[in-house]
Amino acid sequence: MRVALFVTCVNDALYPATGIATVRLLERLGVVVDFPAAQTCCGQPQFNTGYRRETVPLVRRTARAFEGYEYVVIPSGSCAAMVREHYPKFGETALPARTYELTEFLVDVLGVTDVGAYFPHTVTYHPSCHGLRSLGLGERPRRLLEAVKGLELRELPGAEECCGFGGTFAVKNSDVSAAMGQDKVRGAASTGADVLCGADNSCLMHIGGILRRQDAPQRALHIADILASTEEEPLL
Amino acid sequence: MSGTYLGMPSFPKAAKDAVHNVTLRANLRHATHTIRDKRAKAVAELEDWALLREAGKQIKDHTLRHLDRYLEQLESAVTAAGGTVHWAADAEEANRIVADLVKATGESEVVKVKSMATQEIGLNEALKAEGISAYETDLAELIVQLGDDRPSHILVPAIHRNRAEIRDIFERKMGSWGRPAPDGLSDSPAELAEAARLHLREKFLRAKVGISGANFMVAETGTLVVFESEGNGRMCLTLPETLISVVGIEKVVPGWRDLEVFLQTLPRSSTAERMNPYTSMWTGTADADGPRTFHLVLLDNGRTGTLADEVGRQALRCIRCSACLNVCPVYERAGGHAYGSVYPGPIGAILSPQLRGIQSEIDVSLPYASSLCGACYEVCPVAIDIPEVLLHLREKVVDQGGKGHRLEKTAIKAAGWILDHPAALAAVEKTASGTRGLHPGRPPGAGAWTADRELPELPAQSFRDWWKKNRT
Ligand code: SF4
Repeated sequence: MRVALFVTCVNDALYPATGIATVRLLERLGVVVDFPAAQTCCGQPQFNTGYRRETVPLVRRTARAFEGYEYVVIPSGSCAAMVREHYPKFGETALPARTYELTEFLVDVLGVTDVGAYFPHTVTYHPSCHGLRSLGLGERPRRLLEAVKGLELRELPGAEECCGFGGTFAVKNSDVSAAMGQDKVRGAASTGADVLCGADNSCLMHIGGILRRQDAPQRALHIADILASTEEEPLL
Repeated sequence: MSGTYLGMPSFPKAAKDAVHNVTLRANLRHATHTIRDKRAKAVAELEDWALLREAGKQIKDHTLRHLDRYLEQLESAVTAAGGTVHWAADAEEANRIVADLVKATGESEVVKVKSMATQEIGLNEALKAEGISAYETDLAELIVQLGDDRPSHILVPAIHRNRAEIRDIFERKMGSWGRPAPDGLSDSPAELAEAARLHLREKFLRAKVGISGANFMVAETGTLVVFESEGNGRMCLTLPETLISVVGIEKVVPGWRDLEVFLQTLPRSSTAERMNPYTSMWTGTADADGPRTFHLVLLDNGRTGTLADEVGRQALRCIRCSACLNVCPVYERAGGHAYGSVYPGPIGAILSPQLRGIQSEIDVSLPYASSLCGACYEVCPVAIDIPEVLLHLREKVVDQGGKGHRLEKTAIKAAGWILDHPAALAAVEKTASGTRGLHPGRPPGAGAWTADRELPELPAQSFRDWWKKNRT
């Protein structure tokens, strides 16, 4: 099976490890991964801030970059939601139907929950809002994590509450955003888990930024980073 | 809307104090989480909740589509039942009509049922200017009025107050408004409620004029409906000789069958009750019972303008249940006052800018007062897609330009160009990574981010670079 990876601009520039982990994970599962170089950003930051006109070229570019691929895999719930939920408003209907958020692709298309990963740590999972409410990822990420060898999953109190990132909301309403993030981090700390895991690096940039500011022992990791980790090549 | 909110600072500025007010945060968190959990249980009991939600949405949409027809039907029915209907284009006109009606009775006091529409138009202040005292009789509204405060929640206007604060307000203020608080008042809920009961009873028995809003108006019979939980509403609706109801034009429903849907969804969604405690319904006047004179003031105040907006009009479906406030993480931290309107929370963020126009500092900032998490849409009993309307209003804000957005627009355009040229993007990433040792820990302009958060560390190479080196 051949898929196109839409790595997203945030992962490309700031979290390449997540992109690399996604490639390794998919290849380990027998999938051939392509990276169409014409891809950049899905347009979500512009669209969510009210810049519809400025979003149009990015929507067109993305749709063109992934033409011809039966499966487009995105390791980001919010970018996948942007394509799925909002691209039709720009007249792009083909790409949304072929777009899968990573955990969706693994569980629904490949039909796997045990991806052969190894991660001997305690983990708590934060289901970011777009994955939770727009895409309806449901139990998929948790099922994948539960099947990881050595991993102990701990329930996150108030898991469904927003972490407060919200794109430009994080800077436009930075006080409220930080207060939400601090509450999220408090909940995560109460689990005593080593790792706070999510499926969206933009949320994790915000949560992780608070963890680092507080010198907290917990670290934020993308689910792809964990699922790519094996006994031969452990991440931590 | 009411002039009292003019000159409000933008949402982020107004929210700053609340975010750092530990007591307020604790009060709000406790209260919203309690109602939120109860509501979830009450809603889960109904197997057909999704259908009721869809029905509520469709009834409202249908009515709004034919609003002219239903309003005329309502007017005829109310008139036939002995009431008088007045039309008010804006707050000023509505206030004038009500003040004249009260003056015509020769009275200088009125008792009020909790009503959002009269708050919206600032009726109490307008009446005061005419020498008329308006007494709020809902417990929470009483607390707000005595405390010379503003409501911070649609359903629980004093949600920002705790019991000790309420006791202090009663002790200090009740005396100057009427019957004073009993000596040695404690902060037990029972004692506080009893103090309010005694204080209000005197007003109910004396009042000749009552003023209300309405949750619904049934067009086919001209019946008005008020939902409340304390019984104070029923006192105001039955004891006075004259009743004046000020109601937004979007509150009409075609018939009783439609009401049946909301009789189920509103109590469960607002107070988590299976059945509403006091549901008062009246049709014009009756000789043997209740007020002898009934006036209905139909209020527009920005509603027809909102109705003209294809995306924004769904905000008019709102039945003011407050579920979106109770579930909103931003409301929980910013508090209701930061929204600069009697309509706080997610519904306020989409309703206030539409009713008032996107002009003032607060109204320009409200569409951005959300992380777009979608929790509000999920709970709304009439399925208002609040995130969709927020995005729509953001587009309007951007389109009309304005100070704060010029710089942002330039930045977005520059980023847009880079993102439309992958080679340029790769070059930018390379330069950033190559010089990452030189970047200061907190680049200029990043202050809003770095006040409470670290910036991500720049990686040694972009994914794009890795791919090029390892897979091509
Ligand atoms: S928008 Fe929906 S959830 Fe919010 S108050 Fe109105 S009806 Fe209730």
